Amino acid sequence: MAMGKKIATRESYGNTLVELAKEHDDLVVLDADLAGATKTSIFQKAYPDRFIDCGIAEGNMMGVAAGLATTGLVPFASSFAMFAAGRAFEQVRNSIGYPHLNVKIGATHAGISVGEDGATHQCNEDIALMRTIPGMVVVNPSDDVEARAAVRAAYKHQGPVYLRFGRLAVPVVNDFDGYAFELGKGVTLREGKDVTIVATGLCVCPALEAAVLLSEAGVCAEVINIHTIKPLDTQLIAASAKKTGRVVTVEEHSVIGGLGSAVCGALAEKYPVPVKKLGIQDTYGESGPAEKLLEKYGLDVPSIYSAVRAFVG
Amino acid sequence: MCGDPRRIEAKCGWYGDDMNKSQLERTANRIRKGIVSSIHSARAGHPGGSLSAADILTALYFHEMNIDPANPQAPERDRFVLSKGHAAPALYATLAERGYFDAAELNSLRQIGSILQGHPDMKHIPGVDMSTGSLGQGISAAVGMAISAKLRGKAYRVYALLGDGELQEGQVWEASMLAAHRELDNLTVIVDNNGLQIDGDIRQVCSPYPIDQKFAAFGFHVVRINAHDFGQILDAFGEARAVKGRPTAIIARSVKGKGVSFMENQASWHGVAPNDEQYVQAMEELNRMGDA
Repeated sequence: MAMGKKIATRESYGNTLVELAKEHDDLVVLDADLAGATKTSIFQKAYPDRFIDCGIAEGNMMGVAAGLATTGLVPFASSFAMFAAGRAFEQVRNSIGYPHLNVKIGATHAGISVGEDGATHQCNEDIALMRTIPGMVVVNPSDDVEARAAVRAAYKHQGPVYLRFGRLAVPVVNDFDGYAFELGKGVTLREGKDVTIVATGLCVCPALEAAVLLSEAGVCAEVINIHTIKPLDTQLIAASAKKTGRVVTVEEHSVIGGLGSAVCGALAEKYPVPVKKLGIQDTYGESGPAEKLLEKYGLDVPSIYSAVRAFVG
Repeated sequence: MCGDPRRIEAKCGWYGDDMNKSQLERTANRIRKGIVSSIHSARAGHPGGSLSAADILTALYFHEMNIDPANPQAPERDRFVLSKGHAAPALYATLAERGYFDAAELNSLRQIGSILQGHPDMKHIPGVDMSTGSLGQGISAAVGMAISAKLRGKAYRVYALLGDGELQEGQVWEASMLAAHRELDNLTVIVDNNGLQIDGDIRQVCSPYPIDQKFAAFGFHVVRINAHDFGQILDAFGEARAVKGRPTAIIARSVKGKGVSFMENQASWHGVAPNDEQYVQAMEELNRMGDA
């Protein structure tokens, strides 16, 4: 694990769009007046003719993306998660999901790590909203390596994909030999026998660090990175649950409807074991520095460590 | 002008010919019968706003648009988006009449397993360019199609039909702002201005008037016509094709339920099917009109 360089996954998004655009002339990018923040400005600079700024009108942007997709283009529609999944939910559902159009939604600034902007801009509900749409693939990459791979996989996939990115610069955890990204396939980052920690997005890194501390305390935790929340790798999660008998989920999202709910739903059917859901506990976020908020809402290394220890008993 | 000069020539010939104008009228009448029969079969649907749109759809599919029913996915074809998706029976009857699928399908409207869903489904119905039904969304997709043509230098044109009640959806104006901003002269928006919505007169519910001034203020070229006069409809489409640098909005004053006397100008006929007796009466009226 190289903890040196930190990069926000929104940055990975902007950079990868430019790389992909070089290879594929059917790729176009839409934004709703947030190009500087979503990092599609990197694309705009490189390919101004293939960049469509729709202004502050996210619902319309999703419909325009749908229209572009009907003509064979591959649009990446970008905004903050709050507006892409929240405000434009029905447009995504009816104009993109129902006709199963080949639109990719690049949603940045997900979760409380938005920081100072506060609750109105901290979307902890987007995974829940997007995973209920039939045919929608939902991806929440954990670092720069995974985010880049996810954008490429989304381009290759035929059909709608929701990509969730963060504002906060996060460490790289996936720069190890043999890392391979496949939509719908979880990655076991650490083998264990006492408890399974299933984490997603920027929670993967603190979950791994917590596992190191837990092993020092005699708790051998298995750590699984679930970058694709839909379709969920239920086989991998159920097999691990069978081995450890306990599962802790960790996500920067509401515990209602997100990774925790998805894992509980899968285990209830495949292999029921006790589950502890760490995440945003049915509440709104607030203004503050991102790291401090992650600490306050129980998603930093000490919080995860303590919660897992208490759960294992 | 248009991509295919031969087509324009052919069109002008047809347009200038009175016989062919009456052919269009007879075609629209058959489409109205398809609307009434399919809604009667389904025992549910939206006759009022389907009948008001029948002439516009006839003009689009039998005169204006560059399409080929044998090749409904042709990349260079003109596109049509029924933003007022509840007028699906009108679109289905038009597509069947134009030969996209067998007219016998119309009687399966709204039945389990039918391709003819209550609102248009592009995945299963040949000739449907966009799935619609949730008001305000179709126009955005039409804008996307028109932007795509501009980005790739394609000559196809895009048409979107909106209801006047639909103009209450804010998304219509988001889409209109972008359409004018991007100078989409390949986009024609038609408003089926029948004056009625589910809850009653649009002026009583939440007036969208003055519709023409609103579109003009957003940067559209605006044409006002009678939605049941083929001369005016075709002129308006011709005018839209000639306008450069901005989209066109055709405000088409129509009669809700047009062609069936007891449905005309009645908001109560927005979303109910005729019973057996009413069906017989409606078909008799349309048959008489067709013979005229």
